[in-house]
Amino acid sequence: MFFRTAWLVLRKDVAIEAKSWEVVTTTLFFAVSCVLIFAFALVKDGRAVGDAAAGILWIAISFSGTLALGRTFERERYSETLRALLLAPAPRAALYAGKLMGMLALLGLAELLLVPLVALLFQASALFSRPLLLAGLLAGGTVGFCAVGTLFAAMLVRARSRDVLLPILLYPIIIPVIIAGVRGTAALLSAPPDEPTAVMWIGVLTAFDIVFLTLALWTFEPLMTE
Amino acid sequence: MRKAFGPIAVLAGVLLVGAPFMVARAPYESTMGLVQKIFYFHVPSWFAMFTAIGVCGVASLIHLFRNNPRADRIAEAAGEVAVLFGLMGLVTGPLWGRKSWGVWWQWDAKLTIALLLEMTFISGILVRKYGGPGSDKLAAAVGIFGLAVTPFVYEAVNIWRTIHPLTSVVPTLPASMGAPFWFCVAAFMLLMVLLLMVRVNLGKRQAALDELYLAYED
Amino acid sequence: MPTPASVDFDTVQVVDVSRHFGRRRAIGNVSFEARSGDILGLLGPNGAGKSTLITMLATLAAPSRGEIRYGGESPVRLGPELRTRIGLLAHELHLYPELSARQNLRFFAELHGLAPHPVIDEALENAGLADRAEEAVSSFSRGMRQRLALERSLLHAPRLVLFDEPFTGLDDRAVGLIADRLRRLAANGAIVILATHDLDMAEGLVNRIALIRGGRLLADEPAGAGLRAQYRSIIGAR
Repeated sequence: MFFRTAWLVLRKDVAIEAKSWEVVTTTLFFAVSCVLIFAFALVKDGRAVGDAAAGILWIAISFSGTLALGRTFERERYSETLRALLLAPAPRAALYAGKLMGMLALLGLAELLLVPLVALLFQASALFSRPLLLAGLLAGGTVGFCAVGTLFAAMLVRARSRDVLLPILLYPIIIPVIIAGVRGTAALLSAPPDEPTAVMWIGVLTAFDIVFLTLALWTFEPLMTE
Repeated sequence: MRKAFGPIAVLAGVLLVGAPFMVARAPYESTMGLVQKIFYFHVPSWFAMFTAIGVCGVASLIHLFRNNPRADRIAEAAGEVAVLFGLMGLVTGPLWGRKSWGVWWQWDAKLTIALLLEMTFISGILVRKYGGPGSDKLAAAVGIFGLAVTPFVYEAVNIWRTIHPLTSVVPTLPASMGAPFWFCVAAFMLLMVLLLMVRVNLGKRQAALDELYLAYED
Repeated sequence: MPTPASVDFDTVQVVDVSRHFGRRRAIGNVSFEARSGDILGLLGPNGAGKSTLITMLATLAAPSRGEIRYGGESPVRLGPELRTRIGLLAHELHLYPELSARQNLRFFAELHGLAPHPVIDEALENAGLADRAEEAVSSFSRGMRQRLALERSLLHAPRLVLFDEPFTGLDDRAVGLIADRLRRLAANGAIVILATHDLDMAEGLVNRIALIRGGRLLADEPAGAGLRAQYRSIIGAR
């Protein structure tokens, strides 16, 4: 019942999104704008300052992710459909899992766009020299961000000031993900690519993901009960 | 709890009054001289902060799963006390840094860790204030996740900083400095417990007032 | 897959339930019981706490004090399967405007583990929306959405039927259809709890009333011949 429900929620979200592609297009566009803003701040003499490329990539992921989280749950606020989901006979954590998978798909799509863009704009084609390690970093970091973000966005649906409270609550908790992601990506961008460091950071991200996914699945139901 | 308050207050008072004398009598540290003595207040602040974070996380867990108002009050109080002692540490740290390194802030691992945790628990206070009804559960989530993220913050920031190593803030402790140090730790821990009790009591009074309002409406 | 027979109950009991938000009491020490075959009218002025009670009965919110029992069991013990036996129609309707009527019904049917096709076609017929099944709900009028939401809430043949102000914005014919539906449900053994401030609609439909005002239960008794008069006499007496 758990996986079936999660899958149904995901499929429903994709079906709704496919009608207008609103969240996907606005998130992708915002991600690109983010990169440009930081580029103008951090590019000097035609080259990015220091490890700016790695930093910009992860900043764009977190900012566009936060926006996407807000939009995704705004949909469930309209007509209070989140309540109808909570009435399903499956364990309520299955709803969290379904929403999480949707967010992972969305951010994954954004990353498919962001990585080549960052590589292009900041002469960072070294990103592609170790694709598996890069994928590991991105996967680990995105899962960590979305695991905590989906839970917080869901629990804030009925709160006041929810738009600003999401980043306020989310960012301090996911800073270890940002540190690991940026340092790992920077390690891949150094010449020669520092593989052991990247692998080490992937390990940190994996541990984070396991702990926080478990914590989120466990606390979802009591947090969503009024 | 109320009965223990008096003796703890007296004991804490004695220790806190005695602490400056203990610190003054402690030997000078070779490289940093007088400035190093700020460490006797700086490090115990962290001890108190981390303990408060632990209390907040556990109380938050109990409140979220058992809907226990007392646990909620303890979590709220512990969160605020953690922010308070964190602030003490974050003020004494840069003061020390300015004198011994010449700069106010250089992303020292421990100070950075403390800053991140401080932000987390400040966000817990903000969510209670601005989150509207049901914000006790949101704050409980922050408390639980704040406690859970502490080891990750610790590890990530430490690795991040040791790749570019800098002089460690806390040198290894010679025996003659042990006595005043643990004295101050005891003083600060008692102060933390004291403040926690006062704040929990305030929460209890507020809850009692709410009950009276509810009863009045009948 | 939980089968409907695995969790079932004949009665739902509200036992000394209170719900407060800080200084605001939404519900105070309310107790009543509803049995299979009852149509219980939860009556009272706006803001009395009826919606809060409905939300708690639907397991979406927990009481601050007291408990709600389904066939004598607590919801925690019964687990998620309890929700196969509860149907809720609230003011918000819980429909996805971007999806079509059929897609909405199909989603909720599958969430409840029902074989979609026969159930959905019948539901669309009942709602009178069979010819507009593929259109997005955003193009529907309030009345059409209400009919659709009604069918959605009853797809899984719940034992406990909770309706919160279901008559808002409906014409007489639609109201009559809902009333007939509720009577049929109760006749088939459902426990129907209907929260409304509209006494005229409730007249002749409910067989018991529970009167709520200011979060307090003022009366819990069989519905009399003249509901308005009964209501006035209870309110006037307190």
